[in-house]
Amino acid sequence: MENFEPTIVAFCCHYCAYTAADMAGSKRLCYPPNVKIVRVPCSGKVDAIHIMKALEMGADGVYVAGCLEGDCHFKSGNIDAAKRVTYIKKLLDEIGIGGERVEMILMSAGMGERFAQTATDMTEKIRKLGPNPVKSASKANNAA
Amino acid sequence: MKTESVLEKIFTSGELAVTSECGPPRGAVPEKIIEKAKMLKGYVDAVNVTDNQTAMVRMSSFAACVFIKQLGMNPILQMVTRDRNRLAMQADILGAYAHGIDNILCLSGDHPHFGDHPMAANVHDIDSVQFVQMIRDMRDKGKFQGGDDILNPPKMFIGAAANPFADPFELRVARLAKKVKAGTNFIQTQCIYNLDKFEKWMEGVRDRGLHEKVNIMAGITPMKTVGMAKYMKNRVPGMDVPDELIKRMAGVPKEKQPEEGIKISVEAIERLKAVEGVKGFHIMAIEWEEKVPEIAEKAGLLPRPEIDL
Amino acid sequence: MITAERKPMEELIECLRPYHRILLVGCNECVTVCAAGGRKEVGILSSALQMAFMKEGKTLEVKEMTLERQCDPEYVEELVTHIDQAEAVMSMACGCGVQEIARRFKTKPVFPAVNTTFMGASERQGVWAERCQGCGECVLGLTGGICPIARCSKRLLNGPCGGSTNGKCEVDSDMDCAWQLIWDRLKALGIEDQYEENIAAKDWRTGRGGGPRKIIREDLLK
Repeated sequence: MENFEPTIVAFCCHYCAYTAADMAGSKRLCYPPNVKIVRVPCSGKVDAIHIMKALEMGADGVYVAGCLEGDCHFKSGNIDAAKRVTYIKKLLDEIGIGGERVEMILMSAGMGERFAQTATDMTEKIRKLGPNPVKSASKANNAA
Repeated sequence: MKTESVLEKIFTSGELAVTSECGPPRGAVPEKIIEKAKMLKGYVDAVNVTDNQTAMVRMSSFAACVFIKQLGMNPILQMVTRDRNRLAMQADILGAYAHGIDNILCLSGDHPHFGDHPMAANVHDIDSVQFVQMIRDMRDKGKFQGGDDILNPPKMFIGAAANPFADPFELRVARLAKKVKAGTNFIQTQCIYNLDKFEKWMEGVRDRGLHEKVNIMAGITPMKTVGMAKYMKNRVPGMDVPDELIKRMAGVPKEKQPEEGIKISVEAIERLKAVEGVKGFHIMAIEWEEKVPEIAEKAGLLPRPEIDL
Repeated sequence: MITAERKPMEELIECLRPYHRILLVGCNECVTVCAAGGRKEVGILSSALQMAFMKEGKTLEVKEMTLERQCDPEYVEELVTHIDQAEAVMSMACGCGVQEIARRFKTKPVFPAVNTTFMGASERQGVWAERCQGCGECVLGLTGGICPIARCSKRLLNGPCGGSTNGKCEVDSDMDCAWQLIWDRLKALGIEDQYEENIAAKDWRTGRGGGPRKIIREDLLK
């Protein structure tokens, strides 16, 4: 589909990923506006239903960004989040939406470049995958 | 004497008994079992017929035993608790006895997981210990397990298996005690490679006086190749194959390995003859039945006694 | 608790294919504990089903409800207010709950969302293991508190069999040999002698073998 601009929801933990996003901003690093950031106290706060609802409501891709291994402010929130993401990826494959639309990313507060790069990479990946199938079918119906 | 069994007569006479084993075919081909049994005739006192061994469907042990009986040999009906409930078991025991089969070996059976029907229901209405007790009561009390009288109760000579090599080792004498308490008349052990461990088990058995209450037969299986030795060591549950044995088999060129395997078995039999409480040998040479006469002969177990029936 | 696992999505989508409005009912007890059919799982399944339908250009309206439990008629009755708006019901409870809903609402198709598995306990977070087979005549006092019927692969009452290896069952090296556990427990309790008491053949009538069972408490009848 031409000119497809994906909508990506990024759940970013306050202590690391969100701070990295801030760092990217202050360093004037560019990253695509497709990424909508949702700040959470810890990536472990993100539950399966949040990811599902984001996709259900039309997001084309979702990622959960948390602290590097061993650095989680709440000890193991990032590990729990990673396990949930793995579980949801399988479920999404089962229903034909595709687990590759969801990812778990780890970074530290100072990694402004990594934040920007991740945002760019994810946007491109989802652009290639195309729109979330839940939208295109109804769009086709509306057009018909 | 509790039965008319030839095997019982041999034990009672004080002679070492010798038995072997045949696996029925995976189809309705009686010639296969007859051919195997013929190789053993005259070299053993009785022949076990396995019952859906490794949970793979084969001609029933009962049917195969009938063919063997017709050859003038003494079959030992093996029956597992995995495939039948107590009604079917008692029915088969009556049927077998009616055909002149009077030896039975009571086993739990390999789990269906190992076989060709892993999806089948795993019966185990009763376990092997309860099975022994059931047959003993059929024979000595003349009653079915449910309590009713039996017309012409089957006088079965009752056997069970023992595995001195399975875990937990400390339990293995107590387990034998349970089977003896239930009424076992003879025991066939899992095949023995670790002679030291077996002798240790026998010590425990003798301490409890169990060797006088039950006739223990040492299980012997000749190795054909070093591959077989390794397979048994690593892949068969409850098997103890010492490393020296593997080394010994590996140290011989491939064509000589079968001969070496037989040598090892004969040496084992000679050593075990001296162990107090060993009343006989159960030579299991599955798919290698033709070697049993040679082993029996080299181990000085021939000729087999002629028993007047 | 009674444990269960969600059926594969393919199966669930297939059975709901003819419908547009369903009632998806969770249960706050056993299936919540084993994370198969509680409020959370209802939310996730609802979202997954709707997305699966949307993907095909269809809609599925899902009314989500989680009852305290589904095995008591008083709770199932709470569905009355919503049942008429639904074309079908999908229950995330164990088989008991699914049947109670079907019994109450005879003209409404009811589908199970989970495969009920066993009666078990939590070994640790995320791991549940089978403990009881409901044989109707508990022998746990004789076996040091470990059930040979539920936990021995061959349900031997006078085990172990010859396949026990390193404390594990011959079926699976991750499966404990129940009789090893029993022996260890009897030793810990100092009652190893009890091992040699032969346990008699079981009367399976107290279990499922005698037919589906019922308990009637006269003192509690209204």
